[in-house]
Amino acid sequence: MTTPAPAALRSQEAELRAAFWDQVATFPDGFKIRDCIQCGTCTGSCPVAHAMDITPREIVALFRGGFLEDILRSRSIWICASCYACTVRCPQGIRVTDSVYALKRVATRKGIFPKRFPAHALSEAFVGNIHRFGRNWELWFGLKYFLATRPTGLLSPDIQRFAVRMLRRRRLGLTPGRVRRMNEVRAIIRKAQSIGGL
Amino acid sequence: MEYAYYPGCSLEATGKPYDASLRLVFQRLGIGLNEIEDWNCCGATSYISMNKLTAYALTARNLAYAERMKMDVCAPCSSCFTILSKVNRHMRWGEEHKDRINEVLAAAGLSYSAKLEVLHPLTILVDFYGLERIQERVINRLEGVRVAPYYGCQIVRPKGRFDDLEDPQQLDNLFSALGAEVVPFPMKVRCCGGMLMTSYEDVAVKLNRDILAAATDAGADVIVTTCPLCQINLEAYQDKINRAFGTRFAVPVVYFTQLVGLALGLSPEELKLDEMVVPLPEAAVRRIEVHA
Repeated sequence: MTTPAPAALRSQEAELRAAFWDQVATFPDGFKIRDCIQCGTCTGSCPVAHAMDITPREIVALFRGGFLEDILRSRSIWICASCYACTVRCPQGIRVTDSVYALKRVATRKGIFPKRFPAHALSEAFVGNIHRFGRNWELWFGLKYFLATRPTGLLSPDIQRFAVRMLRRRRLGLTPGRVRRMNEVRAIIRKAQSIGGL
Repeated sequence: MEYAYYPGCSLEATGKPYDASLRLVFQRLGIGLNEIEDWNCCGATSYISMNKLTAYALTARNLAYAERMKMDVCAPCSSCFTILSKVNRHMRWGEEHKDRINEVLAAAGLSYSAKLEVLHPLTILVDFYGLERIQERVINRLEGVRVAPYYGCQIVRPKGRFDDLEDPQQLDNLFSALGAEVVPFPMKVRCCGGMLMTSYEDVAVKLNRDILAAATDAGADVIVTTCPLCQINLEAYQDKINRAFGTRFAVPVVYFTQLVGLALGLSPEELKLDEMVVPLPEAAVRRIEVHA
């Protein structure tokens, strides 16, 4: 069964939908998203639904209506903190959190993001750290993220207070933990990319 | 009991007190923690938002090394715990999924059978080691300490080893067994927002305000956590939360292993309780030690 879609989908929308179904195939019970009964248990269980422009239930409704691009441009999928409250409560067994990850990957691949958007820069800074050190050096991650999104934020008293506080307690991590055999890490990344992993 | 230990990146920096107290508590109980050699980052919620196969294969590298040690994995960070568990489930979902990860791992000369268990230290302590055996080792009962047990999200959901996903009891039972008073805490499995404190701070401060309010309303002296991200969000941002909402929170938020360590007779200094932002009141520590 395929989700009914409007007869004349714009080609961009059709392409995005195909990419989304490819992602859904990468986790168990992914296709159960077709069984959504629009009960809203996901939205009711979501601790951050109040801050979303499109709620979890509405994401499925809009997808069915052929508005995937609008979903990808919303800040909702990036506000999801992966707490899995929706997933364990969904009466249809839909893997809601994994489906949101699938949406994030489609957005990343297609470069479709909400305006004034920090969360993608966050993932980039994090992944960049792994590519460089093999581990996430928290201090470098924070610096890179703020430089990419709001450099003036580094001057804010809040951030400075936080840094001083952690420094005093020897919890800042002034040097990165490093993987010694980075050649293995790089080989894994290269290989995964070469076989076209989703 | 011997485990392959996956500390994760946070435990090298902001979560150092967790690493130190976990190692000491396990050492005192005779549970072996053997750090996985040359481990790499699990990618947390970030890498699987960008590329799932790469994220899973990188995580599987750690499991491949643990398998060489022939030991199940102990992962104290909730985010690491979830990602390592997800990779296990994915590889057990079907041969083709396992083969695909192994095809990538082979580029680094590694392979993984997906047969190890990934365990959180709370499970190891309460379900495997056992409360009775822990009680036998207690030197300082935590009499009079009112504890709010905070489990957070990712060790409980989507598929943690807990008796109840909405109202788990392991932390409650652990601290009751140590003599503490466990307060009713309806926010025990509510999300702290994780990395939202960096990306959408306005959203995260509200989540943490609600959790802190529930703990103080219940009369808790201290919140115990099982995750480095929950700990930093709930503790280090309290002054920011106070400024944003006009509240006056000053609640200590400690790793559950630090408080277990006190009960087992370890000193506040070796448990790095002096490195916390909101200190455990000296009166409470003295009260614990008086009951020796």
